[in-house]
Amino acid sequence: MARLTLDNICKQFDGQTVIDHLSMNIEPGAFVALLGPSGCGKSTILRMLAGFEPVSAGEIRHGERLLSSKKQHTPTEERNFGMVFQSYALWPHMTVADNVGYPLRIQKIIGEEKTRRIKDALAVVELEEYADRLPAQLSGGQRQRVALARSLVTEPDVVLFDEPLANLDRHLRATMEETFRAFHKRTKATIVYVTHDQAEAMSLADHIAVLNKGELVQWGTPQDLYATPKNTWLANFIGRGSVLNLVATEPQQYIRGHQLQELLRQSLLKGQSEQTPLSQKTTSPVLVRPQDIHFINNPLEEGFSVKVRNCIFRGERYDIELILADGQRLQAYSDVPMDQDSQHTIHLEQAWSLETDA
Amino acid sequence: MIIRAMDSQLRWLSFLLFLLIALLSLLPSLRLLTEAFVNMSFTTSSPLSEVLRSERTWRALQHSFYTSGLATLIAVVLGSGFAFVVSLTNIRRRALWVFCFMLPMMIPPQVTALSWLQLFGPASPLLNTFGLAPALGSSNPMYSPEGIALLLGIQSAPLVFLALRTQLINLPQDMIEAARMARASHLRIWIDIIVPLCRSAMVAGAALAFVSSLGNFGIPAMLGIPINYLVLPTLIYQQMAGFGDDVLSEIAGLSMIIALLVLAGMLLQQWLQQRSQYALIGHTTQSISFNLKKARAPVEIVLGGILCFILVIPLLSLIISSFVPALGMPLNGETFTLNAYIEMLSKQGSTARAFSNSVFLALAASLTLMLVCLPLGYLLMRLPMRLRSVIASLIEVPYAIPGIVLAIAFILLFARPLPFIEVSLYGTLTIIFLAYLSCFLSVCLKPIMSAMSQLDSSLEEAAQLAGAKPLQRLFHIVLPLTAPAFFAGGLLVFLISINELTVSALLWSAGNETLGVLIFNLDEGGDSVLASAISVLVVLLVASLMALLSLLAPRLPKGIIPWHD
Repeated sequence: MARLTLDNICKQFDGQTVIDHLSMNIEPGAFVALLGPSGCGKSTILRMLAGFEPVSAGEIRHGERLLSSKKQHTPTEERNFGMVFQSYALWPHMTVADNVGYPLRIQKIIGEEKTRRIKDALAVVELEEYADRLPAQLSGGQRQRVALARSLVTEPDVVLFDEPLANLDRHLRATMEETFRAFHKRTKATIVYVTHDQAEAMSLADHIAVLNKGELVQWGTPQDLYATPKNTWLANFIGRGSVLNLVATEPQQYIRGHQLQELLRQSLLKGQSEQTPLSQKTTSPVLVRPQDIHFINNPLEEGFSVKVRNCIFRGERYDIELILADGQRLQAYSDVPMDQDSQHTIHLEQAWSLETDA
Repeated sequence: MIIRAMDSQLRWLSFLLFLLIALLSLLPSLRLLTEAFVNMSFTTSSPLSEVLRSERTWRALQHSFYTSGLATLIAVVLGSGFAFVVSLTNIRRRALWVFCFMLPMMIPPQVTALSWLQLFGPASPLLNTFGLAPALGSSNPMYSPEGIALLLGIQSAPLVFLALRTQLINLPQDMIEAARMARASHLRIWIDIIVPLCRSAMVAGAALAFVSSLGNFGIPAMLGIPINYLVLPTLIYQQMAGFGDDVLSEIAGLSMIIALLVLAGMLLQQWLQQRSQYALIGHTTQSISFNLKKARAPVEIVLGGILCFILVIPLLSLIISSFVPALGMPLNGETFTLNAYIEMLSKQGSTARAFSNSVFLALAASLTLMLVCLPLGYLLMRLPMRLRSVIASLIEVPYAIPGIVLAIAFILLFARPLPFIEVSLYGTLTIIFLAYLSCFLSVCLKPIMSAMSQLDSSLEEAAQLAGAKPLQRLFHIVLPLTAPAFFAGGLLVFLISINELTVSALLWSAGNETLGVLIFNLDEGGDSVLASAISVLVVLLVASLMALLSLLAPRLPKGIIPWHD
């Protein structure tokens, strides 16, 4: 087991920079998600880790071993990594057992040893009875489990996942997530998992690297990313909530209580008197999560007046869209339905101040 | 260390393969260029200026343009008519219609010409059988520029049909449904939506038909030479007879003219085809199908009539001609004879020889090309996009330029004994074999490349992660998954080369004749009954090979087999 290091990686395609000076340390046994919208470069990073793409600059190391640099490139077939593809990449002319056993065949592992390891791998994904089937006879979820078995049969140190759930329906995803979690617990392999689905990344990974336009926006645990996102883009990308523009404040801090009420009051006054939205220079964005907004029923309590713009039933609660006096919008939750255009008073518990996007 | 050795093996392999491409694809064209331009000076005596000043050249060029132009018109009318009806309506037995309409393209041109000659001449066995033959002594209407154009048109109509059909079956049904919701009538839909979307495809098909007619040798040779109506390819053929010092350079000059015309046409066609590719949005799962309702039966009868005229009747007359004792006699219970077939199979030494020559050439060419194309396609797929398309178009050149031009290039290359080993290939089967390799490399490579490019790249990447080296991946993963295309490529080469006439017409020598040459020679020598009998066998062979390919079709990527969707 060794640490996987990405050191100042750059990647250009036809002169266009796709990855720009990216550094990351992935500890042995970690479950890391690379999260970002499509085109952010996350798949390119995975393909560079697998060795399909050479790096344009920088180094990739696995422990002491140099995998990729500008001058040296260890071919994929010598890296002993496993990978699970979005398209499953099962060979349609081989049975399930042959698919899973192919890496063993290449390593010239034969006979009883081979049979035993194929059986063990299929047991992990609970597909022992399907050994003689062809991939075409399996369902999507079963195919992905065969691919999973194939990636673990040689007990690789690192297993790469390239959007493995993108082709599956919603119900199967939940089951497969459970399978992946069990897989990680059992093999203790380092996992690098590419996805564009933030909920999937949050529920599976112990660390998440959020990428945008080839750059690392933030690196942290799922809890960190949710509670203390770095900038407006990330705040909009992860979890639900609203970004408000308040009178300029220090970024990266929680604003609570009296301080928050005061800031909000100033902003609202200013916004109304100027008749135009506050310009970016004099304001800074803050993130307000819906669960931090409370409706006040007691007329004596102090609060802010809002109008209901929209009310959508979500089952366990109602999603409410509110408009502040200066026209800015807020997301809130409510246990009871609210009429459109009705007036209410709210109290803000806390807000997280953000950096403006570069 | 083993790994390094493997990779260097692969490097050696690619070096050898690219050398082979250079030899097969580039060398003939370069040889032709040097021959045409090496003596180039603008003095009156240089061969090229001689060619350009010769009245015969300009007359042949004019004839080429007239016959090919008229042929293109016929091809567009026939091809697009069939394409619209077969692709856009609920006509029954669609696959059969497509197969029958594509057949004329696969039948060798000299056989087509022969069957039409048999049909219309005063000695026509078919017309004589029904007592309808024109008076003896009257000329056969097929021996005319218009006769040539008609057959060229029929032979190249499938090209227009294909270009158009590919576009038509990709038009999504929902576009038509949207137009219907806008209350457009069938006619308006056809005029406002379907025609604009496939106009460029039609023009591209027309360009292809023109180019292929321009390079055709078999039809103008059978129909034009007897009345001394020469087009460019037949002019070259006749010039070859007067083998002299300057003749080769002059012929090289003539060949250059055709090659340039054809290449210009191909470029135009490619440009148009690219322009015609509108990004079509929508479900392509269901293509357009107009309900003909009551008009269906009449439409089918009209199509059947046309097919009868262009395919069935000529073939029928060919078959009848092969069963009569001598040309000019009607076929009935008394005259029916299998003499021609018996003679063909037993007595005529040249027939058996031509048959075995052609089978040997076709087998050798298809097997060699299959062996070459597998690693070649695999290596090409691993090249950067731009380099790959450059090499692919290089491979295309010998196939695109007319066979007669390629044959001239090979004569120029091998007229003298090979250096160092002092062996002369001229006048042997080997020179024909080499010319076939050069000509049909792209025929074999295309299906393989197409299947490989449709292979999800992750399949091979998964094997790479499993530790498989390039050659292991080729044999474990890529070959099993592209095997049908691999065999289709070989079968196509076999199908085309067993009937080949143009290249072998110039390269054959006594004892080395091919089937195509044999039919041509027998007809020229007046033995059309025997020529017909051989042609019947050839048509049977072609149809059964096409049927065999159709059996492979469900396991092939779309578009590999021309007469299949």
